[in-house]
Amino acid sequence: MILNDISIAKIRQKMICYTVRKSAILPALTVACRQVGHLNNEIYREISVILEIPYLEVAEAASFYTMFPKKPVGRHLIQVCHNISCALLGADSLISYLEEKLGIKKGETSPDNLFTLISVECLGSCTSAPMIQIDDKYYELLTREKIDRILDDLKESSLNGKESSF
Amino acid sequence: MEKKVLFKYIDFPEQANINIYLSHGGYQAWEKTLKNMSPAAVIDEIKKSGLRGRGGAGFPTGLKWSFVPKDNSKPRYLIGNADESEPGTCKDRVLMEHDPHAIVEGMAIAAFAIGSHQAFCYVRGEFVRPAHLMEKAIEEAYAKGFLGNDILGTGYNLNMTVHTGGGAYICGEETALLNSLEGKRGMSRLRPPFPAIEGLYLCPTVVNNVETLAAVPLIINNGAEWYASMGTDKSKGTKIFSLSGHIKRPGNYELELGTPLSYLINDLGGGVPDGHNMKAIIPGGSSTPFGSMLGSGAVIVINDQTCMVWVIERLIHFYRHESCGECTPCREGTAWLEQLIERLEKGKGRPGDLEKIDSICDNILGRTICPLGDAAVMPIQSALKLFREEFQYHIDNKRCLVKSEFVFK
Ligand SMILES: Cc1cc2nc3c(=O)[nH]c(=O)nc-3n(C[C@H](O)[C@H](O)[C@H](O)COP(=O)(O)O)c2cc1C
Ligand code: SF4
Ligand code: FES
Repeated sequence: MILNDISIAKIRQKMICYTVRKSAILPALTVACRQVGHLNNEIYREISVILEIPYLEVAEAASFYTMFPKKPVGRHLIQVCHNISCALLGADSLISYLEEKLGIKKGETSPDNLFTLISVECLGSCTSAPMIQIDDKYYELLTREKIDRILDDLKESSLNGKESSF
Repeated sequence: MEKKVLFKYIDFPEQANINIYLSHGGYQAWEKTLKNMSPAAVIDEIKKSGLRGRGGAGFPTGLKWSFVPKDNSKPRYLIGNADESEPGTCKDRVLMEHDPHAIVEGMAIAAFAIGSHQAFCYVRGEFVRPAHLMEKAIEEAYAKGFLGNDILGTGYNLNMTVHTGGGAYICGEETALLNSLEGKRGMSRLRPPFPAIEGLYLCPTVVNNVETLAAVPLIINNGAEWYASMGTDKSKGTKIFSLSGHIKRPGNYELELGTPLSYLINDLGGGVPDGHNMKAIIPGGSSTPFGSMLGSGAVIVINDQTCMVWVIERLIHFYRHESCGECTPCREGTAWLEQLIERLEKGKGRPGDLEKIDSICDNILGRTICPLGDAAVMPIQSALKLFREEFQYHIDNKRCLVKSEFVFK
């Protein structure tokens, strides 16, 4: 089993909110992705067993939603908004700066497996552009200085085994 | 002037806490609704207020509620739409983070008005914190007896659930949202039937934007006349505008409808910074005609250092990425447009490209299942009309007229 007891309990808790079990697919995928960091066929199978619905229905829904990585990503997923409001305030140069600092290209994971860098569409934080999302958290009105600090903090907290939360 | 009605307590510390919300008159409208009003009276009051949807299409809210059949024995559903993914729009998030109980209370009143006992708030998946705050607010409301069974001893039952999405812009479109909530891929449905007749699980359903819903308790408390006294004849009340881009003071501003755009941009926003001039504005709202002020309330300001082909490339990339792929004109059309515009921006455009773009746009417009196709086309057509020489310049000179080199600090 990939899903742990906590995730399974969370999914079961979500299930009771819906009269139709299939509605719990998206909540279940969300719980699974939070635990594992990405999704795969084995996870769909486990969810289909918990929800008692066909495997294919879970897999089909999952394939539609781009928010869930379908391949393993680094410990921290950095998502840079490249949509218009952020682009007008330097999102492209922000991506270049992150590429430079992390020594990787967009779409790649750092060799220490700590960071994966991708760019995404508008995250609904346009008045605080440029901005990025790392894991569950938004970082807004970014400057070089702020980026430096954010990355340092994440590196440090992963050394101490401490996880950030929103 | 800013008109802080929805935003009255937006900066008040801990407004998200139910005790603070209660101390500001919270849940009084809900109590009044349950104890003194009939569903028809609520719908009537909202109709009289002139409140229109804040999710983009601007449909009259009371009228929408009145479409729910009264003689139907099926369950009914009320859905708060907080998918908020329209580029440039970030107002719902502010409401959820700073005044989530206003949304909960508005959803409760709307549910009562249509006879619904189950409400969902669909929050975009990336909004982890806003969704968490909504969940917390709902829990608090249950604990105080404002939700659940036999609410305030009136015998009315209402359950409320937060449902988070999976990162697809199209799921903000109400019929795609319904499919998504049913655990399917988020693809739009053909209308009719409209959700009011056959929505979630084929039962009567109302979908409202959460900003629309947050205005409802205010109207119940202060009366329809009070609300209708704000705004213009056609557009009553207030609206939150998200001001972003090349602007000195970006932010969310609540204004009376009819306030001049120049007031928002220059007086509140402080105009374009760094001594540059304004070149264009992109107003948000997929379901509204381009150039109209209402929509979802996005106002993106663009300075004269910006290449319009570059801007349009960003936008078409977005729409191509977010096309759900259900109908051919949108799926194929946005892909072609992206290719052509990318080529143009790279300086590899060919004579005839602009005409090709024109014709693809014509072939998408009005021929799609949902308004996303139109939304993709409208900024392109508008830019080609207003800045055609800049597009032509790319073909003739193989480069931009002005280079958009924006460096973050
Ligand atoms: C592509 C597309 C995306 C949309 N996204 C949203 C959204 O994120 N939030 C929203 O409230 N409405 C969105 N809408 C509008 C909804 O379909 C619907 O009209 C709205 O939720 C109704 O609520 P209202 O009457 O209160 O405005 C979108 C429409 C389209 C075509
Ligand atoms: S217009 Fe585009 S997004 Fe809308 S249903 Fe058709 S393919 Fe999907
Ligand atoms: S454009 Fe970047 S958050 Fe909206």
